[in-house]
Amino acid sequence: MKAAPFEYVRAASVGEACELLARHGDTAKILAGGQSLVPMMAIRLVRPAWLLDINEIPALKFVKFEKDVARIGAGTRQCAVERDQALAARVPLLAQALAWVGHLQTRNRGTVGGSLAHADPSAELPLIAQVLGARMLMRSAKGARTLDATEFFAGPMTTAVHPDECLEEIRWPIWAERRTGSAFTEISVRHGDFAMVAAAAQIAIDGDGRCTRAALGLGGVGGTPLAFPKIAARLVGTKLEDGALQDAAQAAAAACEPGSDLHATAEYRRHLARVLAARALRAAREKATAA
Amino acid sequence: MSETLYTIEVEVNGKRRPGAVPARLSLVDWLRDELRLTGTHIGCEHGICGACSVMLDGEPVRACLMYAVQANSHRVTTVEGLARPDGSMSVLQDSFCEAHGLQCGYCTPGMLIASQALLDSNPNPTEAQIRDAIGGNLCRCTGYQQIVEAVQLAAGRMAKEAK
Repeated sequence: MKAAPFEYVRAASVGEACELLARHGDTAKILAGGQSLVPMMAIRLVRPAWLLDINEIPALKFVKFEKDVARIGAGTRQCAVERDQALAARVPLLAQALAWVGHLQTRNRGTVGGSLAHADPSAELPLIAQVLGARMLMRSAKGARTLDATEFFAGPMTTAVHPDECLEEIRWPIWAERRTGSAFTEISVRHGDFAMVAAAAQIAIDGDGRCTRAALGLGGVGGTPLAFPKIAARLVGTKLEDGALQDAAQAAAAACEPGSDLHATAEYRRHLARVLAARALRAAREKATAA
Repeated sequence: MSETLYTIEVEVNGKRRPGAVPARLSLVDWLRDELRLTGTHIGCEHGICGACSVMLDGEPVRACLMYAVQANSHRVTTVEGLARPDGSMSVLQDSFCEAHGLQCGYCTPGMLIASQALLDSNPNPTEAQIRDAIGGNLCRCTGYQQIVEAVQLAAGRMAKEAK
């Protein structure tokens, strides 16, 4: 047995999970899909006294649609999101990003909320949450609150979730524009690994092919995934010529501060940021044009 | 300090198997050390290599990234559960043998589970779909080519059997 000893409790409801969190505070960790937490416990980077299993809470597994929001329960498995056709039509970046997340065996267990709460700065789901401006709903015994992605991600593997809170639901904006296109791309050592750099873009155009809305973000190049709303806004009103997309990609790459590690130097990451941002923008434009 | 033992009952390869486990015992350790189902292999023990793949309620998962206590009241299929009821090899297992889909055999149980799960949901997969399905399983011997061929061979044989 590799993990340090802990006590295990299976919560039957969100309410029970919140009560247990209130009682055990930061000595407890929530166990969702376990695809990041269990390896971290195996190498004893994390040693909770209590593990609170939320896998058997049906109320955390759902996909619901409102007019301009797709609501996903935090415990929804990544594989369920990946296969959901209605979601693919409304928030296409979800399936596009999940194609890069781990492998089938890990997506069968891994949850949407777990990936966001883990907040790896190079992970795919946190990046698209940032790009689309998803909102997170957290619940504790005291009540519920929501946070924007920009407030939610506080740093590497760090979120604004309090120790007594459970991430309950993620609200993904649906773009109503008929001609919307999006794209996700990344470079990693092997497919399914964490990205050295990842890029995501979403673009809406009008009947003349003029940009009406744009979003762009990069992962793996800072302490949190980054979105560039101001840079993307400069594309609005343009015809999205290659030069304009290139300029936006260049500006985004210049705005990030990547680090160096065994896998890639900061310089290489910045290069990838520019190249991948341009690729994502061009691919999003092609899809919007074809829509 | 003695560790708390948690009572579990898991349906393993069609049989109800009771157990009393410490919370930190991984599912793969329970299967191998307690149930003596040593067909499932342990490689990296942190979710990279895929050797420990088993099916949980019919879907392939990594048995090193789950605690045994979490499998309580669920259904687990290991590589031992793939064989026919009389103990002879399944079509997929036979195909691995025939197409030289293994050499040292370390990754094989994980490869079989991943491939069987693919064929269960998609009886006629493309080469790309096969490669995607086994993408989370590392093999250091075959270069994957013969494994892909073994799955293709099995798919063809299953289609013939179904006729």
